[in-house]
Amino acid sequence: MLVTAVLSGLVLGGTYALLAMGLTLQYGIARIMNLAYGELIIVAAFLSYALFTYAGISPVWALLIALPGGFVLGYAIYGLLMAPLVRRARNAASLEIDSILTTFGLLFVIQGLLLVTFGANFTSYSYLNDAVQIFGTRLAANRLLALVLAVVLGAAIYLVLTRTLWGTALRAVAVAPGSAPLVGIDVERAARMAFALGGALAAAGGVVISMYQTFTATSGVVFTMKALIIVIMGGVGNILGALSAGLLLGLAETMVATYVDPGLTLATTYGLFLAVLLWRPTGLFGRAVR
Amino acid sequence: MISMKRRVLLRTGAVAAVTVATGFGRAAWAEERKSIRIGYAISKTGPNAGGAGITTLPNYLLWAKDVQDAGGLELPDGSRLPLEIVEYDDRSSAEEVVRAIERLANEDKVDFILAPWGTGFNLAAAPLFDRYGYPQLAVSAVTDKAPDFVKRWKKSFWMLGGGHDYAKALAAIMADAGKAGTLNGKVAMVSVADGFGIDLVSAARPAFEEAGIEVVYDKTYPVGTSDFTPMINEAKASGADSFVAFSYPPDTFAITQQAQVADFNPKLLYLGVGTGFPVYAKNNSENATGILSLGGIDPANAANADYRKRHEAVTGIAPDYWGSVITYASLQMLQEAIRRKGLDREAVAAEIASGSFETVLGETKLEDNQLRKLWWTGQWQNGQFVGIAPGDRAGASQLVLPRQSWKKA
Repeated sequence: MLVTAVLSGLVLGGTYALLAMGLTLQYGIARIMNLAYGELIIVAAFLSYALFTYAGISPVWALLIALPGGFVLGYAIYGLLMAPLVRRARNAASLEIDSILTTFGLLFVIQGLLLVTFGANFTSYSYLNDAVQIFGTRLAANRLLALVLAVVLGAAIYLVLTRTLWGTALRAVAVAPGSAPLVGIDVERAARMAFALGGALAAAGGVVISMYQTFTATSGVVFTMKALIIVIMGGVGNILGALSAGLLLGLAETMVATYVDPGLTLATTYGLFLAVLLWRPTGLFGRAVR
Repeated sequence: MISMKRRVLLRTGAVAAVTVATGFGRAAWAEERKSIRIGYAISKTGPNAGGAGITTLPNYLLWAKDVQDAGGLELPDGSRLPLEIVEYDDRSSAEEVVRAIERLANEDKVDFILAPWGTGFNLAAAPLFDRYGYPQLAVSAVTDKAPDFVKRWKKSFWMLGGGHDYAKALAAIMADAGKAGTLNGKVAMVSVADGFGIDLVSAARPAFEEAGIEVVYDKTYPVGTSDFTPMINEAKASGADSFVAFSYPPDTFAITQQAQVADFNPKLLYLGVGTGFPVYAKNNSENATGILSLGGIDPANAANADYRKRHEAVTGIAPDYWGSVITYASLQMLQEAIRRKGLDREAVAAEIASGSFETVLGETKLEDNQLRKLWWTGQWQNGQFVGIAPGDRAGASQLVLPRQSWKKA
């Protein structure tokens, strides 16, 4: 029973982590608090649904379309909507307010387009809903895919950020956007890259969760909320932080649901969130703010 | 100071002008009426849009089209007037429902208001329908308090029964199957910690006890839960061979998927809202067979079959197997009552309460302002969700237990 609970918890946490990693890049490095993040997830989910239902294209192929698609969309959103805000922002606080307001508007634009195109109905299809036996526990293949994808993408991005010059430049922008230009870093370009990368991750998350979770044109905000909790818990801008916070949440929720009461899962999420913030105000992997 | 006074003056002037205009306008309108105004507030966006968009809104649109195609609503003198529809999006907020209905009554001055979607919203709207004197045909509202409500709000009609009706029907099915030796008399039960789940589970607990069924697992989960693995594993280990979930559509879909992954095969599987949605059959095809839920249809009813075909052709989506057809029937009742009594809302309400109507449900008559001839339990059989309880009602299908194990796709 314990093994089952741990494994199911990790698999649930994989979904959470996958959904949060893109936001941590966008918020941590590009410094854009993207409230329309969940809508990007839903766009990818609908893309995957439409390809699967109307064209018979497997969501695995949709993933190959969604990753570059999300990147391009993120790149375009940053270039068209965010760059002007970044240029005119006097300080970090004013950029935060402006970007929140702008992406809040973007949220409704995307939601409106989805409502017109797909309507307000519950959308769901089933793909890879097969059992995989691991240590005697039956796990859903599609959820396992989310966990594997979260770990692989998370590790890859972590390595890029820490082992390459380009990644180091991104981290420099995250830590000290004011000083980065002094060493020849093009801050705007780095931020745009991080934002686009975040878009690609959101799209990947959307495709994978569409295989097993019911969604509607207006359910993006639920994903944004969950992702935001994980991002803040893990430390803003820290990809390993998002990964571990996501896994931790999934594990905690499943443990409580199994051994205490399924009614307390929400309370567990927020209780853990509060506890982490009291113990480490900048998140599990966050740096102390000077 | 001066500018402020001027603004006040201007405003008074404007109010006076509006009063004159509407006063005059209304007098003229009464003489030669060109249309019948029907208004409604519905959740087109927000968390309720999924439910409203399947059970309620498509039927409002279908009915409006049917009426327009027929040349308009017929009045007692045989003349027909076209419909003029006023629609508001309540954005899934109870305050917006209230505001929209006040607006429909006071500013748009519509002739009739159609009910919003959901138990909570219908309750929120009921005092307003009553205050402004509009009949309220509340279809997508499941409440045990309907007998009290009809005393408080005389022109309110409740058409989907109450939690006790559904719970008692389910308990009876389980008790009978227990006596026959098909089931072991133990049930594992989960419910969503929100309106529908709370209502149903608090009705189910005493109903199961009375029927001598032992509840071995009884847990609630918060709205938005996406992972049911822990609950399914606990239920699987509990020794119960019946599993009941009073769930919302996303939960219903998730439980169905995750029960397959866990290879959880209770002999009786009863799921909540969403089981009767067309997408459910599409996603689960053969695996839906044998699953029980609320509602159902009589597969032999030709009028209903024809309605289902037209619904899909006109709105592009198939109706659900629970509230959809009743929503359409409620509109037919309103239409027929207007044909008999005209636009006097008092007379129309009295006619709906006492009259007998030919609808897509067949002959329909309300008892104490409630529709009681309903399918309390249904089951997926041969690609249709058919009514099985009450078993003595004409058109009832035979219950099939135990349900088959999950088939691999």
